[in-house]
Amino acid sequence: MLQCLSFASKLYSLWKLIDLKSAAGALVVYVNADFFVQFLVSGLEVSMATGRRLGSRGDAIVLLLLIVAAGSICTSATNFQPVSDSHRSAAVEIFTPVDGSFESIEETYEAVQTFKILGIEAKPDVRVTACTLVSEVLGASSSPLKELFYALKVSSLLKCDASQFEATASRLKSIPSNAKSLNDLYYSIAALVLIKNQSPEADVLLDDADGVFQAIKALSQSDGRWRYSSDNPASSTYAAGMALEALAGVISLATKDIGKSRINVVKSDILKLFDSIEKYDDGTFYFDDKSGTVSSLATTSSVVQGVTAFASAASGTLNLPEDKILGLTKYFLSIGIPGDAKEFFNQVNSLSCLENSRVSIPLILALPATVISLTKKDKLKVKVTTALSSRSPPLSVKVVSASISGSKDVSVIENQELVFDEEGALHVLDLPASIDVGKYIFVFEIVFHNSKDGKIYAPGGQTKVPVHVSGTIKIEKFEISVLDSDVGSIDTQKQLNFETENDVSLDANHLQKLRLSFQLSTPQGNAFKPHQAILKLKHEKAEHIFMIGNSGKHFQVILDFLGLVEKFFYLSGRYDIQLTVGDTVMENSFYQAIGHVELDLPEAPEKAPRPPLQSVDPFLRYGAKGEISHIFRSPEKRPPENLSLAFLVLTLLPFLGFLVGLLKLGLNLKNFPSASVPAMFAILFHVGIGAILSLYALFWLKMDLFTTLKTLSLLGAFAMFVGHRILSHVASSSSKLKSA
Amino acid sequence: MVRSTGDDVLALFHSLRSAYAATPKNLKIIDLYVAFAVSTALIQVVYMAMVGSFPFNSFLSGVLSCVGTAVLAVCLRIQVNKENKEFKDLPPERAYADFILCNLVLHLVIMNFLG
Repeated sequence: MLQCLSFASKLYSLWKLIDLKSAAGALVVYVNADFFVQFLVSGLEVSMATGRRLGSRGDAIVLLLLIVAAGSICTSATNFQPVSDSHRSAAVEIFTPVDGSFESIEETYEAVQTFKILGIEAKPDVRVTACTLVSEVLGASSSPLKELFYALKVSSLLKCDASQFEATASRLKSIPSNAKSLNDLYYSIAALVLIKNQSPEADVLLDDADGVFQAIKALSQSDGRWRYSSDNPASSTYAAGMALEALAGVISLATKDIGKSRINVVKSDILKLFDSIEKYDDGTFYFDDKSGTVSSLATTSSVVQGVTAFASAASGTLNLPEDKILGLTKYFLSIGIPGDAKEFFNQVNSLSCLENSRVSIPLILALPATVISLTKKDKLKVKVTTALSSRSPPLSVKVVSASISGSKDVSVIENQELVFDEEGALHVLDLPASIDVGKYIFVFEIVFHNSKDGKIYAPGGQTKVPVHVSGTIKIEKFEISVLDSDVGSIDTQKQLNFETENDVSLDANHLQKLRLSFQLSTPQGNAFKPHQAILKLKHEKAEHIFMIGNSGKHFQVILDFLGLVEKFFYLSGRYDIQLTVGDTVMENSFYQAIGHVELDLPEAPEKAPRPPLQSVDPFLRYGAKGEISHIFRSPEKRPPENLSLAFLVLTLLPFLGFLVGLLKLGLNLKNFPSASVPAMFAILFHVGIGAILSLYALFWLKMDLFTTLKTLSLLGAFAMFVGHRILSHVASSSSKLKSA
Repeated sequence: MVRSTGDDVLALFHSLRSAYAATPKNLKIIDLYVAFAVSTALIQVVYMAMVGSFPFNSFLSGVLSCVGTAVLAVCLRIQVNKENKEFKDLPPERAYADFILCNLVLHLVIMNFLG
């Protein structure tokens, strides 16, 4: 499962590689990065050789092959690579100090410890700044326990000459006896152990070791897990790792030996803990913290540290199942190279714990290359090292069996010992003639020369590794012909050569048949059935795909056009012929245009189905869409501004004329009511009309019809009321005048 | 012949002016208003003839506003004229109120159409 995930993340970058068609150099860097990629790249080189010839369409096939390969990788047999130089270069990149120092004392410790395990020479400036940080932390009386612990770890790694050990020891010494939580116990005890190792004269031994041991043990659960404190009922696997390490510390700090029975109880706790171990399909084991707050990598790392620390501190042996130890190692290796500093540290530190433990040292059997080319006469090479790539004890490797994956057939190799090559520390086997191209599962076994090594190391029984044996497939009798349907006699026949460009041109009508045939055989002369053997006929309006069947070595497809006219939508004309033959183990996979056939088909009857619209290239679907250019109406021609302004003035002239005319006629306001109430109504009436007219202006400028109508109804009612009052007043006064 | 025609036209104008001088003042005001509205409409038509009818709705509303108000003014004049026996019973104030109301409705529509 993990492999599948890690593979998925790589697929995208690989795809970019294909696009670039980068040179082998760039690929080799990738090969070092991950062994899955290594396999893929070898497949890729094969495909890319053809890809170059085929151009962009070839990429599609390469991708297809990659996906097929991805599927086949995620099987139970897996090739785990030990920690190598790529880990070292990744470590330098991940643990990069900013301005000569790391962010915190914890990070400093992780970096220094990782560098030490991987044998990387830390830059001298790290030591100076780290040691100043250590003495700062140790000197401050308010430093938290956790920081003190990491400071002491750094100082023990870098051998800083800090003088505050005794003061720190006296501060820490009282903590274990009174501590309530597992965290306090763990950090204080581990810190005391560190002081003990660095400064022998400091007084760190615990008088009440037995009591502290009991206090820690009291937090354990019946299933081997631990609680963080007595008032927290939730138990955790991560806490179990911490507790075991703390117990190991108590044993080494005790003034008198802890009772053997107590230690045996803890040992049985460890065995119970290992009962709860989880397993992946590829044979890797890990611990999972059920609480969900800690990742399984951190949990597994914590348990491994705790168990190995306890095993080295406690007397007697700890009998843990060998396959689980190896499974844990493989779990850490299966992660590959983590990008996160914490995960990287957990991985490397746990592997180092396993390798240096007294339990048993896991041995990793790995194949530098899982793709073996028969054409290049590659040999099967196997490397056996520890997880951190240290050399193994003298041993020999045996192929127990090798069979084609997916079939439970007879094994092609049985019990064959590999020859040890001293120079490269490799075990080498010349592939016997019984091995042909294909995907194999090899089963290896390690045999120690010295039987004592069997007790120290854990080789893990039989190791299954998938191996791809690739080769050049021989293509013979490659020909295309047009047959007369009724008698079956050959009308035209053309020989083809798959290595060079073919450009045959054929003519056929609906009463004839087209036959394409070839023979495939493996380098050992056996029949070979490729994963893909596809013939494609491509008309400008439609394309058709035919699978090519085989009987033994002979591949043949016969297209009887009489039966196919409907499928071809009665489309006469030129059909391009393309042939694809490809497989992951076939080094000369190809995708080739053979030429074309000019088909003469009968006219379509009225009800014949129409050819579907050409489907869009699926790669284009996710590409950039064509740009939409909007067509705007060109703006109408406007008159010059001056002319419009001149006419504006002109339209005002009649109004002026109107006013002048009024004056000439001798207009007066004598009729305006003089009494105060009617005068007020008169003024209000004019104000009302003015308000309505300004409302119209507002309506034109910004308002919408509804607001305007609402306001208008109010203003209109008002104007009507006052208008009625004033006009009836005027009417009555004028009628009075008349009657008078 | 030509000269006498000219004189006739002059004489016609003179008689027209003298006859018009007898028109009541309020009717003269209305006439002036009608002349003002019609000439404004004419200026707009000339403008349209010169630069084209692009914002056609604006042009239409401008011209129709003038023509409409002129027509309403003519209606007012008919109703207010005392010589006109048909509307003898109708007080001029009532006619004026109608004129105001119709103008307001006309201009509401015009403003809506102006754009």
